[in-house]
Amino acid sequence: MKSIITLSAALLLLASCNRKMTPGSDGKDASSTLTLSFENYAGDKTVSMNGENYTNASGETFSVTLLQYFISNISLKKTDGTIITLPQDSSYFLVKESLPASKQITLHVPKGNYTAVTFMLGIDSLRNTKPLSERTGILDPAGGAEGMYWGWNSGYIFFKMEGHSTAIPDNKAGTKKFRYHIGLFGGMNSPTVNNIKNITLDLKEKQVAKTGAGKNPVIRVHTNILQMFTGTENISIAKNPVVMVSPFSKHIADNYASMFSLAAVDNK
Amino acid sequence: MKKTQFFPRSLVFGILLFASLLLAGGFTWKEEWFLQPANFPAPVYNSKANPVTDAGFKLGKKLFYDPILSADYTISCGSCHIQAAAFSHHGHDLSHGIHDLLGTRNAPGLQNLAWYSRYMWDGGITNLDLQPIAPITNPVEMGDTLSAVIRKLNADPQYPGLFEKAFGTNRISTDLVMKALSQFMICLVSADSKYDKVMRKEGVVFTADETAGYQVYRQNCASCHPEPLFTNQQFRSTGLPVLEEGDEGRYLVSLDSSERFTFRVPSLRNLKFTFPYMHDGRFYTIDEVLDHYATGISHTTRPDPSFILPDGSPGIRFSPDQRKTLKAFLLTLNDTAFVKNPLYDEAGSQLYIK
Ligand code: HEC
Ligand code: HEC
Repeated sequence: MKSIITLSAALLLLASCNRKMTPGSDGKDASSTLTLSFENYAGDKTVSMNGENYTNASGETFSVTLLQYFISNISLKKTDGTIITLPQDSSYFLVKESLPASKQITLHVPKGNYTAVTFMLGIDSLRNTKPLSERTGILDPAGGAEGMYWGWNSGYIFFKMEGHSTAIPDNKAGTKKFRYHIGLFGGMNSPTVNNIKNITLDLKEKQVAKTGAGKNPVIRVHTNILQMFTGTENISIAKNPVVMVSPFSKHIADNYASMFSLAAVDNK
Repeated sequence: MKKTQFFPRSLVFGILLFASLLLAGGFTWKEEWFLQPANFPAPVYNSKANPVTDAGFKLGKKLFYDPILSADYTISCGSCHIQAAAFSHHGHDLSHGIHDLLGTRNAPGLQNLAWYSRYMWDGGITNLDLQPIAPITNPVEMGDTLSAVIRKLNADPQYPGLFEKAFGTNRISTDLVMKALSQFMICLVSADSKYDKVMRKEGVVFTADETAGYQVYRQNCASCHPEPLFTNQQFRSTGLPVLEEGDEGRYLVSLDSSERFTFRVPSLRNLKFTFPYMHDGRFYTIDEVLDHYATGISHTTRPDPSFILPDGSPGIRFSPDQRKTLKAFLLTLNDTAFVKNPLYDEAGSQLYIK
């Protein structure tokens, strides 16, 4: 009798493990790969940093000199409904327009067919408050995350875009620069603005991603930066050329939560 | 952390002993040097994750006094945090950084940091290990980048060996630089003022004025500046009139408009050494601070309700006698042994760090 209970308990445990698997971390199946490919667009033009001009919803012309954002906490859904959560430690990525390799994120996942991908734009509040020993590599404020961390207000910058716009009156230095540094994870001792966004893309809109030996499906995600300027509220560059730690940052984050769309799933 | 009787009367003796051991070259640091004074609560800083060691403390001290942490090798932490001024920026209202650039805030004294859970006037930093990132990367303080600092330290002839000794690896990382600095900073314990000795019943007693002043303090100040740290670490407005560049204080971090113009309550320890006072160093004497509390509180920066008198006007009304005795009591919070302790001394680092 006892052994039956133990056995069924073990089975139950196994079954519940099965429902939410973390590949790699337990040495289990992470035998296949798939790639998330981020392609930055401004409407239907690809973003370039060579001074090309784009126009936002307020009719303002602007160019981009810097564009980068954190993608983290990635999970995938299988056709049978199982959620595969990537081991958190290896689930932080900084997508930089200036660094093509950073736009291709290759994940090690169990072999299978995937119907959805979910990721966070930003860094979860827990990691924002972890000791530095657990913030190495891309999360090291002296390393990968340099320029994406606020020293005076302990926390990561999630999304950073800078550039020029003729719509802006000259600043003190005589340049027409805009700077959007959006972060804020909700506060440590007391609550503040929370700009963390979770995004889910339904792969079935295009096709299911099939991983397996010799295959590496590519999920092509378009990031449309024009979306940052419209949605819940139109953002005027002239009126708000600099947005960092402020309540207003919320509007930008609410807008950019919808800048991702699925362009294609290439089953290669 | 051991709950050990803090070295009170024996401090002078301790210093002598330390100095002689130092000269004899036989001194080794012990974790017990980061102690919980008998009249203090348990510290907040988790020293288990970063135990103070001889090599770690010395390394932290060397880093603290080394301008290598600044962009042009001119400014060290110790430039703005001077021991003789209880680690505040002696006589400066606002801090001076590289190229003589002026900051926007007054450098507070550094003391009893292991008991704090938030740092800076606006509490924007919540872990001591993350604090040094702010001055290192602030363009008007040390003006450097963290990656450059890590590179410089790794390329230095001395540092890799010192990190090896302290942490068992010569690969210098952000984490280890911060841990070393924290080991030094948590040892900056100030708990040997006359007040502390009275509280620990070490054969010292308050004078009649000090006793009376202690009561004035308990009635008017203790709600925000409670013993034994003399700060509750809350964010409050003392109704300071806004100067040209109004600093919005805690609001800049919390974005909660009800916290506009509030600042973290500072400690009242070591006031003799830490002038000028307030977040922008606008007052040079304790009298000016008390004048402010008596008649200077402005409604424009929404002073804390506890300052509002029954007739609706803001202020703390002192009689001349109360004021005199309050000042006498505040003087008992000065810890001369702390500002003279050779353990923290810059020259000391040259002496025994090889
Ligand atoms: C240019 C002057 C300057 C330099 C250099 C400097 N600081 Fe500071 N320090 C300040 C000022 C000003 C503040 C208060 C800042 C604020 O509240 O915004 C401060 C605050 C602090 C605090 C918080 C104290 C508290 O009670 O909250 C600590 C800890 C500290 N500094 C440590 C350091 C360390 C470590 C270094 C070197 C890596 C350093 N400082 C370099 C000026 C300086
Ligand atoms: C409602 C809370 C509150 C009360 C009550 C209060 N204080 Fe303060 N005190 C503060 C805050 C907040 C500051 C910092 C203000 C700033 O810089 O904007 C401060 C600053 C000070 C300073 C300057 C310290 C430094 O290092 O800059 C002194 C001295 C001081 N208070 C003494 C007193 C005395 C004495 C009393 C009682 C008569 C008192 N305070 C009552 C909140 C309070």
